[in-house]
Amino acid sequence: MGITADDVARLGALARIRLTEQECHDLAPELNVILDSVRSVSEVAGPDVPMATHAIPLTNVFRDDVVTPSLTQDQALSGAPDQEDGRFRVPQILGEE
Amino acid sequence: MTETIPYDDLLTRYEPVLGLEVHVELNTNSKMFCGCPTTFGGDPNTQVCPVCLGLPGSLPVINGKAVESAIRIGLALNCRIAQWCRMARKNYFYPDMTKNFQTSQYDEPIAFDGWVDVEVDGETYRVEIERAHMEEDAGKALHMGGATGRIHGADYSLIDYNRAGVPLIEIVTRPVRGAGAKAPEVARAYVAHLRDLLRALGVSDVRMEQGSLRCDANVSLMPIGSDVLGTRTETKNVNSLRSVERAIRYEMTRQAAILDGGARVKQETRHFHESDGTTSPGRSKEEAEDYRYFAEPDLMPIAPSREWVEELRATLPEPPAEHRRRLQTDWGFSDIDFGSIVSSGALGLVEATVAAGATPAAARKWWVTELARRANEAGVELDELPITPAQVAAVQGLVDAGKVNDKLARQVIEGVLAGEGEPAAVVAARGLAVVSDEGALTVAVDEVIAANPDVAAKIRDGKVAAAGALIGQVMKAMKGQADAGKVREMILAKLT
Repeated sequence: MGITADDVARLGALARIRLTEQECHDLAPELNVILDSVRSVSEVAGPDVPMATHAIPLTNVFRDDVVTPSLTQDQALSGAPDQEDGRFRVPQILGEE
Repeated sequence: MTETIPYDDLLTRYEPVLGLEVHVELNTNSKMFCGCPTTFGGDPNTQVCPVCLGLPGSLPVINGKAVESAIRIGLALNCRIAQWCRMARKNYFYPDMTKNFQTSQYDEPIAFDGWVDVEVDGETYRVEIERAHMEEDAGKALHMGGATGRIHGADYSLIDYNRAGVPLIEIVTRPVRGAGAKAPEVARAYVAHLRDLLRALGVSDVRMEQGSLRCDANVSLMPIGSDVLGTRTETKNVNSLRSVERAIRYEMTRQAAILDGGARVKQETRHFHESDGTTSPGRSKEEAEDYRYFAEPDLMPIAPSREWVEELRATLPEPPAEHRRRLQTDWGFSDIDFGSIVSSGALGLVEATVAAGATPAAARKWWVTELARRANEAGVELDELPITPAQVAAVQGLVDAGKVNDKLARQVIEGVLAGEGEPAAVVAARGLAVVSDEGALTVAVDEVIAANPDVAAKIRDGKVAAAGALIGQVMKAMKGQADAGKVREMILAKLT
């Protein structure tokens, strides 16, 4: 089962990417090529190959529970498109639904 | 007005099935993936850094202490601990997270397959734990404009990210069945049990009113005799033990009315309202929830060695049931006296008060009578009263030292609850200390004896019990600020 244009439209909506119908049609076969490639790789890796999540097989990389300096409020808000009372100001949250 | 069915009535036709999701904020010093402090109540956006603000190029690193706490919680819930697990990205668009995802765990929770036993009215109910996983808390949104300050109708929102990234453990039960009419109480007992357990583990402040322990309650009804689970609702914003019980009870009566009318319960998120004990529909779920979870590529897997897990197991406090038995023996209380402590939710508080130096009897007396009454009047849980076990022990210390009597001690407690400071400061500010000045007492005693020659004569004749009447009058003359034992001594010394 490959990816259809409808799947692309749905993924686009979930990822908040506006796609035209034409783009959905064009992207579906492209994504299928990628999925096929992944499938080919999966066939090579047999059950004797352990799952890897990272190029270097590290586990338990932890930091100590120590407080380090935070940004100041001004620094934290310096990149905010809008702000009010020391807080990030964002558009109404449910307006789009 | 939402239609509901009387509670007893619905139980003849439906069986409630519950699912509880409890979020616990860990009390680590720093956040889950960065070194920002986790302290509650700081100025907005002063406990944030590039990592918890999700700025490009920043990289998270797991707080080892949070993993340790997660494992200890898992063990205390009789869970199995994963030998290898990963964090995962839960993708969603909501500005309480800057990253557009929450770092959580998905199909590989750190702890799973556990259980706890809780007691309601002397009966034991087993609550099975499906999983306990690690994640991070989200920021706090203030919804501005609109009529109600609620999310619906708001014009815009203001976000404080101080809480974003604070380590959270989410504990999820399997469906809880078979509790029948007791279902709301079992749920409450379960959350209370978790709270006590987590407090004993020392991994969280477990303050429901501050949000460090939060409960979402899934409720559905199953027609009796059926084996098909009904459609569930998830009630959020349930922020006290009392609310857990009320919210579930309300949902049961609401859903029963819908089912009785031949309609279907809508699967949705609902919000609980403390003010009238009802629930209302919340955010309608994004059509078929799809968080597109995937393993977090920026974090390494967690693989706790068996040695580490066993080391942590050795640090667990004794299981609650054994702990209670031992305390009862140590304190020498009857089943009734001890039961009154447990049922008023005061066990942890009494224990801490004893640890702070009070006798078990004194600690029990204050929490189960005076303070329970005040909590009840204020409509809050005992541990939400603004007085600490150490302060209660200090009040008792003042009584033991003869500085105040019981009656004055109650006023000291009133002062502490009113925010007037430590017990000693309340005594000073309110002028509550008993008068130990013998001169003033002697004058009062002499006057009362002179004014009551017949009572005095009785005492001289050996009727010591009559002294009570004189003690009362002396206490009244001293406006209650005298040690009754001392007054009694002085009267008897003068008349016998």
